[in-house]
Amino acid sequence: MSKISAVNKRATQTLAENISKQVEHFSKKEVECLIREFNVLVAEQNNSGRAVHGLDRGKFISTLHSIFGLTDDRMTGRVFRTFDKDNDSVVSMKEWIEGLSVFLRGTLDEKIKYCFTVYDLNGDNAISREEMLHMLKGRLIRQPNEEDPDEGIKDLVEIILKKMDYDHDGKLSFEDFEKTVKDENLLLEAFGTCLPDFRRIEMFEGHVFQEQFEQ
Amino acid sequence: MGISLTRAAQWTMVSSSTAKLASTPMNESLLKEILHFVEHFSSQHPQEAEHVFEEPLQWSTTLVPSDFKTDYDISDSDVQSHERDSEGHPLLQLSPPTVYVRSFSQLSKLLHLADDKKLAEVRACLEGKFESNLHPKQSNHQHSSITHRLNVFVLLVTVYSHPIIQVRLNPKAVKNEVEILQMFCGGGDKGLLKSLRYTSDFQFSNGYRAPLWRQVQGDICYLVIEPCDTETLYITCSTAGSFLNGGEENGYERTSDAYEDLVTLLKSRSPHFADKINQVEVLIVCLIKKAEVALVYFRKTSAGALPGELFSESSTESEEEEEQPYRHPETNTDLPSEYWQIQKLVKYLKDGDQIVTVDTLCAMMDFNLMQESCQMAIQDTGGLKVLLNLLDTDEHKCKIGSLKILRTISHNSQIRRVIVDMKGVQSIVKILDSPVKELKALAAETIANVAKFRRARRNVRLYGGINKLVSLLDCLPNFASLTPSQEEDIEVACCGALALWSCSRSTKNKKAIRKAGGIPLLGRLLKSPLQKMLIPVVGTLQECASEESYRNDIQTLGMIKDLVRNLSSDNDELQMHCASAIFKCAEDKQTRDLVRKYKGLQPLVSLLHKADNKQLLAAATGAIWKCSISQENVTKFQEYKALEILVNLLTDQPEEVLVNVVGALGEFAQIPANKAAIREFGGIKPLVKLLTSPNQALLVNVTKAVGACATNKDNMVIIDQLDGIRLVWSLLKTPSADVQSSAAWALCACIENAEDAGETARSLIGGFQLIVKLLSSTNNEVLASICAAICKIAKDEENLAILTDFGVVPSLAKLTNTTHDRLRHHLADAIAQCCMWGSNRASFGEAGAVAPLVRNLKSKEGSVQRSTAMALYQLSRNPNNCITMHEKEVVQPLIHMMGSDDEELQEAAAGCVRSIRLLYMANRNAELFTFRN
Repeated sequence: MSKISAVNKRATQTLAENISKQVEHFSKKEVECLIREFNVLVAEQNNSGRAVHGLDRGKFISTLHSIFGLTDDRMTGRVFRTFDKDNDSVVSMKEWIEGLSVFLRGTLDEKIKYCFTVYDLNGDNAISREEMLHMLKGRLIRQPNEEDPDEGIKDLVEIILKKMDYDHDGKLSFEDFEKTVKDENLLLEAFGTCLPDFRRIEMFEGHVFQEQFEQ
Repeated sequence: MGISLTRAAQWTMVSSSTAKLASTPMNESLLKEILHFVEHFSSQHPQEAEHVFEEPLQWSTTLVPSDFKTDYDISDSDVQSHERDSEGHPLLQLSPPTVYVRSFSQLSKLLHLADDKKLAEVRACLEGKFESNLHPKQSNHQHSSITHRLNVFVLLVTVYSHPIIQVRLNPKAVKNEVEILQMFCGGGDKGLLKSLRYTSDFQFSNGYRAPLWRQVQGDICYLVIEPCDTETLYITCSTAGSFLNGGEENGYERTSDAYEDLVTLLKSRSPHFADKINQVEVLIVCLIKKAEVALVYFRKTSAGALPGELFSESSTESEEEEEQPYRHPETNTDLPSEYWQIQKLVKYLKDGDQIVTVDTLCAMMDFNLMQESCQMAIQDTGGLKVLLNLLDTDEHKCKIGSLKILRTISHNSQIRRVIVDMKGVQSIVKILDSPVKELKALAAETIANVAKFRRARRNVRLYGGINKLVSLLDCLPNFASLTPSQEEDIEVACCGALALWSCSRSTKNKKAIRKAGGIPLLGRLLKSPLQKMLIPVVGTLQECASEESYRNDIQTLGMIKDLVRNLSSDNDELQMHCASAIFKCAEDKQTRDLVRKYKGLQPLVSLLHKADNKQLLAAATGAIWKCSISQENVTKFQEYKALEILVNLLTDQPEEVLVNVVGALGEFAQIPANKAAIREFGGIKPLVKLLTSPNQALLVNVTKAVGACATNKDNMVIIDQLDGIRLVWSLLKTPSADVQSSAAWALCACIENAEDAGETARSLIGGFQLIVKLLSSTNNEVLASICAAICKIAKDEENLAILTDFGVVPSLAKLTNTTHDRLRHHLADAIAQCCMWGSNRASFGEAGAVAPLVRNLKSKEGSVQRSTAMALYQLSRNPNNCITMHEKEVVQPLIHMMGSDDEELQEAAAGCVRSIRLLYMANRNAELFTFRN
């Protein structure tokens, strides 16, 4: 048993060294910790005997929920799709670490790119009116006297579009989004929470990096 | 308690025009209650106690002028307090037997002086009249005015003894409000309401009136209110607020929104009520919203039913931002389109989740929030409340967004007030503890804007804001290479300094900043190269330098050097604050020397060239004035040609500048060469012209400067030509003691140096009476200067004769009992001089001046000894005086003085002893002669 774990350990270290060269913001040691955390999570999910090479959608979303406090279903689904770069419906170890690099330590530019990808539901490099409407729907309490339940949201979408659509083409290009967010950082998560709160980050880093260093 | 007291007061109508409080035990205890309240009012509510009444309280007092002590100008016929309002009227005036009192602090002082007659004074005060020439006497007026005066006291007692600061309503608060409202029910259209009553007269011991099973739900009581204009309202007052209910048959179920108090509810239901309340123009500065309401009611009714208004509370600090009455939302016509857009956004803010809230906040930021219409739209649509509520949430993005808006709209003074009224300061102060630096900075910046008026500043202090703000200043002084996080710290410190700057306008906050250890931190930040940091830091320091403890710290912590360095900054505002800090600190000699040591004098002079910026000019000239108190500095200033520039600033400058320029010239003119220089630069004429200014601070300095210049004969010729003696002399008539004494000193110099001064003096009609009259002043400095002036005037025999006719001798004799050394010195000089006429020597003796003078001989002050010895020498030429002196054992100290190094003193002492000796010899000879016969 100890032999196996020793082998594993060596393998992990090599892997960590490789990955840490490709991914920003993490040291080799930290990558190692993230790999271990990844393995723990993979082991936790119901693999029912299949060979697995990553976190499936369900486990990933429940992880987002429990560890990072992201609870909005519309968003967590998109976050999964954004992490899962090769679209194979699982988040591989590398995708996990690459994703977390933005999630935990991303610069503003990286975060803008990330959020834009999350919000660009159909992947056409633009956030359209319909996409905004979809993401913001239900976020306003409906007043009983209003006929159209989405009237307020539709109006809000127009206000936001007017504010952010610099090139006046009726949708938000990446450039529009980037310019707006650089101007007012608060609008980074304009259409839904897709990044963890700083307190969650502290907790996660504390839990994963420090505890595992102590081992 | 309020209404019960009012009702309890039992009045006896003596005649149609006077009413008396009957002597019943009930009234006695009521009086005691009011007495207790008034006595403690000024210690418990110092700021409120300073408010000046528009109309004085007026009554016949049993106090006489001799009951008053320091702090009052006392003359035979009347007493005036030193404390005055902004127009210079005394806050207390006694012309027996009537006393006029215009603030609570004076009232409480008076009661203190009244000692065992306190209760009688309170009674007389309540029975006292309103200014009767304002309105014809009518019996019912008289009575109602008394009742209303009592009401005011009672209301104040109620309001201030029960601070009603609580979020949830309680039975007591409801009861207070109901009682106050009931006071203004009825009276047809003039009243606020037709009637107001409880549904149940039974009150449980906990103060509730609702049945027990409803109390569980928080119901306190039920009210039936008949407004003047709408149908009867059935109202539930519960701990959650007041709301309409369906009436008894419907089981008190809630049928409207809950309001935080009855007044707000009634305002929304009865236009008549809202109108009556809204008509009220004057808002009284009061801590508590409910108190505000109560007093406002009173003002309203007193304006309607009574011709005279009793209270007008105004802010006492002149630079203080006035608290304006609320501006009421206009009717829906002509509102700009932004109004509707903002209204819509406010609705989204209320209804949206976190994401929508942040989006909406960002959309709101796109409006021009510096524009008043947008600011008022946010307030009128209830947005301000939502913004403040967001501060108490956990979502830091919402908080950031909200603060970004608040920091901008709080440039509007009404918004600031509402923020404070809605307890926003508490929430903002709490955010200063946040771990998010951006939030801290924004919160501090918002405080900087909100704390522009006193109540807000007090709130910041009361909720612990000062300590938190001071701790924001703690950033690394290493300004060279910074990590992003350190840069954020510096940004936070900047905002903290800005907030402290605003807060530091209140004296108590200055103390709190010091106590929190703010001064060393400010000193550290003073080394920063950043202007945006330096301006608030120096601003705070110069604001606080009005306190002596700060001035000491500024000097000992080595801040003068940094202040001097920044005098040469390229930013006018920074230069101004540095100059102004030096202005305040340079009262101290060491500071003045430090300014010279760090080469600060030249930059100060070069600031004089920025004549367009009057604030900067005022600060720079102020610093030059104070620095020039040290002669070494004057010499330095000479090198930089400061004098010529200063003289040129004597014309066409605002008073703040003139005061300082003239003050500086007064110091410069202490050096003889400069006296001539001032003339050569043409400074005499403008100086003399300034003698007619109405500004007292300026007059003190002008008379000083003119006096200093007058010691040069050539200058005096010009002053005389310009009628300067008459101008200075007439300043003795100003009420300010400072001006009086400063003018009298200048007069000394003028008379001494003018040709034909005696002639000029005689030509001034009433001048001598004025001088003699001022000998009854209570201010020692004035007396000393007047004695000195008399000494100079009396050198002319004719003048002395006139002075004698006006009774100068007994007036001087009366002063001999003083213990003030400066006065003793000049008084003795004046007595010596006045002995030169007629039978004045004998008159002094008869007036009892000799014995006290002998006692004054024992003063330790050399100048007093010398002058007194000379006066005694003059007096000793009268045999009776010699006898008195001998009785008072004058010989021994005189013999001692004969051994002095001062020849004049030797001579005077010896002369005096000789007179005594001669008298003795003559006596003995006479005796021998008689014996022989």
